[in-house]
Amino acid sequence: MSNVKTQEQTTGEIAKDCGCKDSSRREFFAKVGMGSLIVAAAGTGLFSYEYFSPNVLFESAPIIKAGKPDQFPAGTVTLDAQSGIYLINGAKGFYALGAICTHLGCLTAWKPELDLIACPCHGSRFNRDGVKVAGPAPQPLPWLKVWLAEDGNLMVDRSSTLKEPEYVKV
Amino acid sequence: MATTVKEEFERIRSTEVWRTIFRSGSGSSNLHRSQAVQQNIFLHLFSVKVRSRALEFSPTWYLGALTLSTFFILIATGILLMFYYHPSVPQAYADMKDLQFVVASGVFLRNLHRWSAHAMVFLVFAHMFKVFYRGAYRPPRQFNWVIGVFLLLITLLLSYTGYLLPWDQLAFWAVTVGSNIAKAVPLMGKQIRFLMLGGNEVNANALLRFYVLHCVILPLAAILLVGVHFWRIRKDGGLYVPEKKQL
Repeated sequence: MSNVKTQEQTTGEIAKDCGCKDSSRREFFAKVGMGSLIVAAAGTGLFSYEYFSPNVLFESAPIIKAGKPDQFPAGTVTLDAQSGIYLINGAKGFYALGAICTHLGCLTAWKPELDLIACPCHGSRFNRDGVKVAGPAPQPLPWLKVWLAEDGNLMVDRSSTLKEPEYVKV
Repeated sequence: MATTVKEEFERIRSTEVWRTIFRSGSGSSNLHRSQAVQQNIFLHLFSVKVRSRALEFSPTWYLGALTLSTFFILIATGILLMFYYHPSVPQAYADMKDLQFVVASGVFLRNLHRWSAHAMVFLVFAHMFKVFYRGAYRPPRQFNWVIGVFLLLITLLLSYTGYLLPWDQLAFWAVTVGSNIAKAVPLMGKQIRFLMLGGNEVNANALLRFYVLHCVILPLAAILLVGVHFWRIRKDGGLYVPEKKQL
């Protein structure tokens, strides 16, 4: 019986011989198994994120043909509810505002009797320059890039907001 | 020849077919009764014996059982509504109106689904208040309280996802507002909203995603957790029943 060595003794001797850490075959495979599970889980997470993010969207284009300048009489604020913009013919020229409330994304409406833009959801109000005058909205309505196309139409790019007011003179 | 209903029932209970389904067989000893509970997949969630005090109205007000009842009503009516509802932009609103005005009993089922949903949210909150103020969340029932919190979240998410499906103005703007609230999450808010809606605006993708969540993923999660929730009642020593105060 005395010359029969237990597994621990044998591994211990091998460990002494090579000077490496004491680790059994079972622990090694457990670590390999756990590691591959972690890699597989991370991969599944990544692939799921990719799968659930659509690569092609059938949403409307950011650039809108607003119409000819003479459709917008001087001093008027015109809402295009479909594209969510205001086209305003102001004293200094044409400009456009985003009509989506900066609070939680509702579509605002122009109230000519108040001379204000009002949001129906939580009561934010803006003047015709997009500056907030009341309500919970944290930001003014964004100014959008406007230009006159060669065919005589006013164009608005909803994806590019202006830092400084710019007017289009016609 | 005159057999009583009871004798006939006993005869059926001792047939081989019955014994293959209900192994405990006939007999009404305590052993038979406890086996009848233990050997049934649905009943085994519950205790074999309960204190009669636990079945009274005052310890629970039956709020948990009532919540479960509304959940069953919601599953039954929801499956029936699915037979007529298409989760697509051109059809969703019209299907909802058809259920109200064209489909036989459609308005009854839709309203039952709607009112049960409101009732379930109310009952879940009432149940949680009752558990909280009774102190029934305390050890050894802490984990079941945590499961209950997850069930509350699932209930609210079911309400929220179901809110979009009629595809009317209220639904559209409520989900627009809700998804913009999700956008306020630090760092990954935009990605969360994009994944939620399957795009940048509330549109066909959002409708389909909310439909799948509402009809498949969230109910399955709820059924799973409800199972654990009920099983834990037994494992945590039965319903919390405080001693009756001596007046």
